[in-house]
Amino acid sequence: MTTPREKTHLILTVEGVNKTFDGFKAITNLNFYLNRGELRTVIGPNGAGKSTFFDLITGRTKPDTGKIEFGWDTDLTALNEYEINRLGIGRKFQTPSVYGDHSVWENLLLSLKGPRGVFATLFHRTRSEQRDRIDELLTLIRLDAKRDWLAGQLAHGEKQWLEIGMLLAQDPQVLLVDEPAAGMTDDETHRTGELLLSLAGQHSIVVVEHDMAFVKQIARDGKVTVLHQGTVLCEGKFDEVQSDTKVREVYLGRGKHGTR
Amino acid sequence: MSAPTARRIEFIAVAVIATQLIVVFPLLNSAGVISDFTLNLWGKYLCYALLAISVDLLWGYTGLLSLGQALFFSLGGYMLGMHLMRMIGDLGQYKKPIPDFLIFLGWTELPTFWKPFSSFPFAAAMVVLLPGLVALVFGFLAFRSRIKGVYFSILTQALTYGGSLMFFRNDLLMGGNNGFTDYKFLLGADVRDASTQRALFIATAVTLVLVYLGCSWLSRTKLGLIQRAIRDGENRVLFSGYAAAGFKLFIFVVAALIASVGGALYVPQVGIINPSEMTPDKSLEAVVWVAVGGRGTLVGPVIGAIVVNALKSWATRAYPDLWLFFLGGMFIVVVLLLPGGIVSLPGRLKTWWARRTAASAETAAPVAS
Repeated sequence: MTTPREKTHLILTVEGVNKTFDGFKAITNLNFYLNRGELRTVIGPNGAGKSTFFDLITGRTKPDTGKIEFGWDTDLTALNEYEINRLGIGRKFQTPSVYGDHSVWENLLLSLKGPRGVFATLFHRTRSEQRDRIDELLTLIRLDAKRDWLAGQLAHGEKQWLEIGMLLAQDPQVLLVDEPAAGMTDDETHRTGELLLSLAGQHSIVVVEHDMAFVKQIARDGKVTVLHQGTVLCEGKFDEVQSDTKVREVYLGRGKHGTR
Repeated sequence: MSAPTARRIEFIAVAVIATQLIVVFPLLNSAGVISDFTLNLWGKYLCYALLAISVDLLWGYTGLLSLGQALFFSLGGYMLGMHLMRMIGDLGQYKKPIPDFLIFLGWTELPTFWKPFSSFPFAAAMVVLLPGLVALVFGFLAFRSRIKGVYFSILTQALTYGGSLMFFRNDLLMGGNNGFTDYKFLLGADVRDASTQRALFIATAVTLVLVYLGCSWLSRTKLGLIQRAIRDGENRVLFSGYAAAGFKLFIFVVAALIASVGGALYVPQVGIINPSEMTPDKSLEAVVWVAVGGRGTLVGPVIGAIVVNALKSWATRAYPDLWLFFLGGMFIVVVLLLPGGIVSLPGRLKTWWARRTAASAETAAPVAS
């Protein structure tokens, strides 16, 4: 158990969480603690429950038992997706989820922090500081030249970047990033890693990833959590995790580079 | 073509067509060039265009295929129909001060809920309030429960079917399967007069232009962007902090109101409203108009409603037995060969032409879509 003093450093608390789908135990007694400003990498073989883990935090599914808290004592299990998002938890999906029929610029506009109500958006006028912020993000995600492109016309890797940009536009406290490097070239992957590293500190970030080179790049001295069969198998620095016999058995031992 | 240029072209086109409909057609009619029958027919098409826009606002723009828009169209019609029935006064077959069908059912006095409909402002308010309220309650329950896709279509279809069954019953006191007809007066004018019909046509054209401009504005607001974002990626919308259900509900109510006003304008022009207007196949017909015209655009539904109904007017006279085959065939052809509908034709021809010229010039330049 953590003392209240220690707890103030925590931004996410997942304790004793269980989730069963039609008798299949997707998550079993999961405990996960994320500190403010931390960059955490989560790895695990397919079906380890990584996506369900994100679903539980973001309100897409509700746990059968256990608690999920944000910050000091906000109970996330009582809230739905958009309420959780408004608290400051942003999510990037595994398959890039952008608005294909909207321009890159519009995708970012819709993601910008601001009033989310029906009538607020009906009478919304984009202010100049919002335009500036969008310009800034466009430069950051290197889509400045393609601002008027339809998001659906972008390459897979660019869509991934756009979605990361959309996440940043929301200025969330916590970023949950599901396989950001999928479909990217090595160079793009590396740049994505740099970006995530630069964001750590101001934001708390959880990255789920398969690509071991990428994990190594972003994990640095930070913690890596290994999920297996819906529970935490082990947690520690990248080298410790990599040399752990249990981890080697269930995960690393399978292939040269995990499942990829 | 840049967006402002496109918008200017659209504005000019709307202005030209609006003048045609609101000024030129009625003038030609009063000069005797366009027959009363033709003008009346076009008045009907324009009402259908309103219904089509209502369908498209949900289907094309929000990704919600509602098969219940005929209900809102009919409810609007019924609300104004009640006023028209009251305006018959004692000129009915039974020469009594209450509608004939009530006498037939054994009523000697007007049922209480009929009484306020003697007032036109009340009836006009009900054209907006009743369908709006039905849409609000139904939409609230459906969207809160996150009913989507085909389930939403089935449920809205059931809604309008339920409505028609209800209105078919005589004890609802809404005229049963005969509905309302034999209207005499509206705002002091004889509805059967050519001049009244002309005024109704102008009112319909003005309404259509206003609805068009309103929807065009709506689609350019941030709400309009969210509307289409819901269609293309509802999850992303939810996980970006937007309560998608609230946006869908807003659009659903707006669409219901557009359909309802269309229905209210329709009834005095065709002279009858009955529950068969509420059956699911009426909604489906409107879906075909939208598909044929081009969904996800505002011009598409208007063109679709006019083209398909003009074709229907002709085919039901020339080949009455084959009309439904025409309609079904048209739908299949559009879905398979022209998913963007009629409005996508110019763009397709341009692409085809560009590809042809590119091929003949033996260059491998890619063609922008």
